Amino acid sequence: MAQYAIETRGLTKTFGSVVANSGIDLNVKEGEILALLGENGSGKTTLMNMLSGIYKPDSGSILVNGEEVSINSPEDAKKLGIGMVHQHFKLVDTFSAADNIWMGKEKAGLTLKKKRYGEIAEIAEKFGFELDPKKKVCHMAVSEKQTLEIVKVLYYGAKIIILDEPTAVLTVQEIRRLFNVLRRMKEEGHAIIIITHKLNEVMEISDRVTILRKGEYITTVDTAGTSEKELTEWMVGRKIDLNIRRPLVEKTRPLLEVRDLVIENDEGSVAVDGVSFYIRGGEILGVAGIAGCGQKELCEAIAGLRPLKSGQMVHKGDNIAGLPPKAILEKGIAMSFIPEDRLGIGLAPSMSITDNMLLKKYRDARGPFVDRKEGRRDAQSVIADLSVVTPSTETPVRRLSGGNVQKVLVGREIKAGPNVIVTAYPVRGLDINSSYAIYDILNVQKEKGVGILFVGEDLDVMMALCDKILVLCHGRVMGVVHAHKTTKEELGLMMTGSLDLTEKYEGKPAGIAKDSLIDEQEGKEA
Amino acid sequence: MDKLSIITSFIHSIIVMNIPLLYGTVGEILVEKSGSLNLGVEGTMAVGAVIGYICGCWANSLGVGILTAFVMGALCGLIFAVLTVSLQANQNITGLTLTTFGLGVYFFVGNALRSAKAFPTMNDYDSIRAGFEDIPIPLLSKIPVIGPGLFSHNILVYLGIAIAVLVWWYLKHTSPGLRLRSIGENPAAADSVGISVNRNKYLHICLGCGIMGIGGYYMSLYMSGSFNSNCWINGYGWIAVALVIFANWNPALAIVGTFVFGFFNTLRVSGPSLAVAFPGALGWLAGIPTQLYQALPFIITAIVLVVTSLRGNKFSSGLPAALGLNYFREER
Repeated sequence: MAQYAIETRGLTKTFGSVVANSGIDLNVKEGEILALLGENGSGKTTLMNMLSGIYKPDSGSILVNGEEVSINSPEDAKKLGIGMVHQHFKLVDTFSAADNIWMGKEKAGLTLKKKRYGEIAEIAEKFGFELDPKKKVCHMAVSEKQTLEIVKVLYYGAKIIILDEPTAVLTVQEIRRLFNVLRRMKEEGHAIIIITHKLNEVMEISDRVTILRKGEYITTVDTAGTSEKELTEWMVGRKIDLNIRRPLVEKTRPLLEVRDLVIENDEGSVAVDGVSFYIRGGEILGVAGIAGCGQKELCEAIAGLRPLKSGQMVHKGDNIAGLPPKAILEKGIAMSFIPEDRLGIGLAPSMSITDNMLLKKYRDARGPFVDRKEGRRDAQSVIADLSVVTPSTETPVRRLSGGNVQKVLVGREIKAGPNVIVTAYPVRGLDINSSYAIYDILNVQKEKGVGILFVGEDLDVMMALCDKILVLCHGRVMGVVHAHKTTKEELGLMMTGSLDLTEKYEGKPAGIAKDSLIDEQEGKEA
Repeated sequence: MDKLSIITSFIHSIIVMNIPLLYGTVGEILVEKSGSLNLGVEGTMAVGAVIGYICGCWANSLGVGILTAFVMGALCGLIFAVLTVSLQANQNITGLTLTTFGLGVYFFVGNALRSAKAFPTMNDYDSIRAGFEDIPIPLLSKIPVIGPGLFSHNILVYLGIAIAVLVWWYLKHTSPGLRLRSIGENPAAADSVGISVNRNKYLHICLGCGIMGIGGYYMSLYMSGSFNSNCWINGYGWIAVALVIFANWNPALAIVGTFVFGFFNTLRVSGPSLAVAFPGALGWLAGIPTQLYQALPFIITAIVLVVTSLRGNKFSSGLPAALGLNYFREER
């Protein structure tokens, strides 16, 4: 029997009454890349956290190089040569790159010496990475942070490397670079486990795929002998149509137009710089960009939560710049923003679904009392329409799984019957099933003539779902392209700022409608 | 007294009166850098003060007093650590409870001994009294006017400054200091690279609280052990918590902060004599009502907090990002 770099046998972990992992068998050889595939809540991260010492297994065994080991802490994992790059980076923001590595170094000596910077830079170079050892993490881009995490685990001598959704926050070009790194590490004899939702990436990078479903081990297959379709079926447990619908709907005149929008972020620097676009009824306008390029500020400004520095915002010909959130809401503009932690904006986590419905409706009630009956009715209809899985309408939102939380939020926004929906990352962290449910919801709204602004991450999805895509780079518009005419490479180049298509069509600047409702003369005066 | 000697004694008082703040502040900085917000400084200092004083007197040794105060402070820290680190109790509430508890111990022990007529008087213990005498630094203390004010102090003043400098060096220039800071900033990150979060938290909470205990002991000696209905600590513990913010979690700045703050605090006591000595320039000091003087430390604390809050900029601040948050590895 071939010896595995790491192997698990019958690994089981429960949280209270929830079985996160039950009897998982998994193995990786040296010089092999194993992809771990599964829907949300299928226990991938739990399993990896057991390997890296964050969680302790309830039963089952872990073998490293054929010997049974017990991993009680991250320290143990480190000593066994297991390194994990977590989905949410485990870095100290205020430290330099070198100090983030140095702090975990054993026998680092008593005093901190300047030469540690040189040593870290040398190591990074040896592994073939570019890393400025003195740069603080808070000034780093996402891809730099990831590089730092990888250098860190290599520096500690990891032979078994686990990457939890490493591609979720990267651009196409950065993903290609990461994969080259992984291939090189594989050649050097590292055993690599990579978690990802994206099937095309699984097909591209992995040697074998292990599939989990609802905490249980399903199967392990050779990548060369399988297909995306087959993997999905293993993962979901039934056949599923992987195509996203893009219904053609007759478009109306622009519903929402913004012109030369300048918005500042919390630190007072310009986050959105001279952005113009418009949304017609019956179309989905995608907004693509690397995380933190002004998407959040833009959404907040449209919802009236953030003041405009300058620029115009016009809804059906009425100026809405400077209106309070409530007035904007009443005009029929709904926003659902799913932040990284999923619960941040929009829902009150410890309140029930009913109460969260009421948050947007309590003003309609006559007198000082809220109408709970109506709230419950709304909750019930959202649960039924969007097939939310919940014990009852009175369950605190916090207890629902990520996908269901997001359905409740989107469902409530739609309930109000908006004519413009601003939605940011509505499928963030969701599995295929739930994601498709959300796409369907948006398409149904689009067919009803609603204009949708869709801020997204996954370019494949955006190219399939949206009608047009606006690309942001550091708060500036790099161009608006037709989703069915563009390519991922083109979008990727625009996102990194290497391609500017704003001047592509002469005489028609990007983001300004031909039949604009903004009066030019008036615009100049304002 | 001639006029210049009044200035000298004013400078001297700024240091002598306020050095316990430095102990409290530096101790709290060490605790907070581990990500724990301990609001029990007042209580910790009170326990260190009363037990340290009594044991010191009984042994008739300043060294025993300092050591006992340190150990008692560290024990208070241990209570805090067991509750917040091992049992994951809320830090704010635990800290407030520790203050109530510490003041309780202070009055319980003190009143019991006093009613039994067994409370030691400092005058009876010559070795303690002698140990608390000023030790002038050669040459520097000979500088006219400011020399005797700045460079002639008791051993605990020198110790306090030395501890502050040492802690500053520890945090900024050593590997254990780097690991400690990483825990205060992001315990999950520290844990993931194999740093023992709990062990470090325990160690530094106890160490920091021990330093606070010595500060309490200083207060007891400064008050010559006269036990009455007022606590020796008298709110200094709370001011220390605010000074941590003023010092931006930097023990070296804490020295500056202590004396800036101490200047106003001392004006309360020395104001009238300064007014008499310099009727022309400082005569107006006598016109300020005593109530205002008494409120002054707290007014200044409030102003300090407002000013430091306005300073802004998240990343240049020394505020540990995970301050006040308990760390539990398996949290989902």
